[in-house]
Amino acid sequence: MAVEGDLVQMGALIGAGLACTGMGGAAVGVGHVVGNYLSGALRNPAAAAGQTATMFIGIAFAEALGIFSFLVALLLMYAQ
Amino acid sequence: MSAEAEAAGSGFNIHPMDQFVVKPLFGNGDILWYTPTNVTLWMGIAVLAIIALLVLGTRGRAVVPSRSQSIAETIYVFVHKMLEDIAGKEGLKYFPYIFTLFIFILVSNILGLIPGAFTTTSHIAVTAVMAMAVFTTVTLIGFYKNGIGFLGLFWISSAPLVLRPILALIEIISYFVRPISHSIRLAGNMMAGHAVIKVFAGFAGALGVFSVFPIVAIMAVYGLEMLVVCIQAYVFAILTCVYLNDALHPGGH
Repeated sequence: MAVEGDLVQMGALIGAGLACTGMGGAAVGVGHVVGNYLSGALRNPAAAAGQTATMFIGIAFAEALGIFSFLVALLLMYAQ
Repeated sequence: MSAEAEAAGSGFNIHPMDQFVVKPLFGNGDILWYTPTNVTLWMGIAVLAIIALLVLGTRGRAVVPSRSQSIAETIYVFVHKMLEDIAGKEGLKYFPYIFTLFIFILVSNILGLIPGAFTTTSHIAVTAVMAMAVFTTVTLIGFYKNGIGFLGLFWISSAPLVLRPILALIEIISYFVRPISHSIRLAGNMMAGHAVIKVFAGFAGALGVFSVFPIVAIMAVYGLEMLVVCIQAYVFAILTCVYLNDALHPGGH
């Protein structure tokens, strides 16, 4: 029985580690948002200031999906 | 923080998550709902700091502002402009709520960066209460202002008819996921950033004379954290404004 508990623990911890790969997706998303904002802002600097808030909202939405992977990792580690 | 690391001796004795443990202020008893803990202490300090900045800072009401008055005025105007840009003139009625959220999160985050301090916003329990309050308030405002028409938020009339039920499903899911992502974004960012600083502090304790490198790294991460702390308060407030805008103008997107 003890071995079985260890196996479950091990699986959960490996799963938590794997869940962290989701952060890579969030990183790509955030980089995409900011990169496109910057290339647009360099073409038309006059319009850039008005779109900063939109950029942050975009970052927040892209980041939310990375946060779900963090949440899955937390659940696997502590909530079982 | 490095002194703490040396006190712990060599090896990785510093546990990076220890700083997030909720402890009673007096004694080691059980934590009940009325027990004063370090969370209570740091929330109280945050509130006192805000009062000191906003009430005492602007007491002079000078035309040429003093340093503290100009900080308070800058924050006030910043939040006011953000709310007006996103939610329009109707949204300004809810300015006190947004401003309270913004400045409480900002000051709690910044206080949490003091070495040895406790970051109240790193706990999902704290941020979830704020996010659920925003979610409930915004939903109630939406139904109060628009009646049953608030459900038009989920029924996108500009999309082709075939796609509308699918889009409605996606919109409903994304609406109910809002408080989760809203709260965990703030708590996760605070927890991760502070844990990174502690991990580098652990390296500083383990490396002896070479600990100068991790200490330089801590300084760099600390600067980054200062930025993240302000951006997360901004993001929390701006998302509240976006949700409020959805409630006030559900057909607007």
